[in-house]
Amino acid sequence: MSEADKMDVIIIGAGPAGIACAYILAQAGKEVLVIERAETPGAKNVTGGRLYTYALEMVDKGLTEEAVLERKITHEQIMILSQDKAISIDYHDPSFNREGQVPQSYSILRAQFDEWFAAKAEEIGAMVACGVKVDDLIEKDGKIIGVVAGEDEMYADVVIAADGVNSFMAQKAGLIKDISAHQVGVGIKEVIELPPDTIQERFNLKPDEGAARMILGCTEGIHGGGFLYTNRESISLGCVLMPEEAAAHGKSVHEIFQDLKMHPAIYPLIAGGESIEYGAHLVSEEGYRGIPQKIYREGFLMIGDAAGFVINTGYSIRGIDLAIVSGVAAARAVLNTSASDQVGPAYLQELKNIELLPTMQAVDGYADLLAIPRIYSSYPRIAVGVFERLFTVNGQKPNSLIKNTKEVIKSNGVSMWQLFKDVLRGYKSI
Amino acid sequence: MSIEKKTATELLSLNRFNVDEEVPHIVLDKNICAGCVEKPCLLVCPAVLYKLDKNGEISFDYAGCLECGTCRIMCKNKGIVKWEYPRGTFGVSFRQG
Repeated sequence: MSEADKMDVIIIGAGPAGIACAYILAQAGKEVLVIERAETPGAKNVTGGRLYTYALEMVDKGLTEEAVLERKITHEQIMILSQDKAISIDYHDPSFNREGQVPQSYSILRAQFDEWFAAKAEEIGAMVACGVKVDDLIEKDGKIIGVVAGEDEMYADVVIAADGVNSFMAQKAGLIKDISAHQVGVGIKEVIELPPDTIQERFNLKPDEGAARMILGCTEGIHGGGFLYTNRESISLGCVLMPEEAAAHGKSVHEIFQDLKMHPAIYPLIAGGESIEYGAHLVSEEGYRGIPQKIYREGFLMIGDAAGFVINTGYSIRGIDLAIVSGVAAARAVLNTSASDQVGPAYLQELKNIELLPTMQAVDGYADLLAIPRIYSSYPRIAVGVFERLFTVNGQKPNSLIKNTKEVIKSNGVSMWQLFKDVLRGYKSI
Repeated sequence: MSIEKKTATELLSLNRFNVDEEVPHIVLDKNICAGCVEKPCLLVCPAVLYKLDKNGEISFDYAGCLECGTCRIMCKNKGIVKWEYPRGTFGVSFRQG
């Protein structure tokens, strides 16, 4: 391609961010090319995972109904593990899924979802080129004007990096350095096939309902946690671990995950199933404070995971919705500006208008809360220990709950002063 | 196969890979690796592709790579001299994701 017949926009990466952006641009009549290194969109992606539908509805009303999704999430669950014991909390709220309304969120599998979403964007005029890896950016007079893929050069008014958490494109644009270990967790996941009836029985679900579960205390003290999502005919089970702590712990992340799988409170949920896939992916752990100082330069924007748009509050993890929303913001910025040096500032403004940056800022403190190491080690043990004493009946005179709790705290090596400081820190954080 | 603890090799056999036999996307300088005491790669690769052979040297096969990038960011002494995504269409292809 020569510089003369350039595109309006080139997007690197056909994930939810890139496709959402392409969809809106194509709808507005822009010439947009999405370049994806996988054979099909989604084939390089791993999610927990779930999709919050408001984001998809923002792209186009009614998209959720057509989307290739798994189960609408009707049961929000939290599980705390310690040794062979477990506490489970199951929050069921029918208002998230009222008749006639779009359900709040769905479990999803990315290979299916991304492929569907990309096909939708193609239907309305976006071009999606799969199996092509972008190797470099083309820069001229301080502006990004195109991309290099193998022997080919392709030009555009705006190049958008939607290439995920390992954004080599943002590095090549000079906007970020290579990620450092403390900024990310490594997510590991097994997809386990089970008959729909079995899934529904085990999680107390109706045929179209699903459960999303966060698991604490399953990481051998390492900063991180487990997750479980029910799909239509499978269960996504995985965990996220901070790699630096995993290395110091001296046990392979694969081994830690396999032990979680066999935990006596987890195993019965997946028993009789068949593992059909093993995946891994990095996930940004820093939230708002991890967003690069600059997420654009002339001719170049960063969206989705590439820009660090992930929220982790411990009880829920959001990435795909933020990716889509940032894609929408980028598309609006492109459509509403004519001067190329104004696209970046307009994008930043759109991210505020669309409430992405304010949302991330509002929950920024959770990172401080989740940095307390005892959340992953002694606190789950204490919680389980208190429940153990609460439910133990053996004919002996029981101690008071307060006395029991104090004993459990002490036996786990935590002082009341430490506990008080952590509670205060948690209170301030959130 | 029922649910049980599986080795990484067993788990990787579930996936679809299109290995690029011509161009490895990860390259090690084993001289640097030999001098690395910590060797975090042995523990942080979810696919357990970094192993010690009987001479205590790092052995590595890029064929089962899940392309997560954890080894790159954890590599202490930069024995990983090249880490790129595989060329277009090559590498892992998730069918679930």
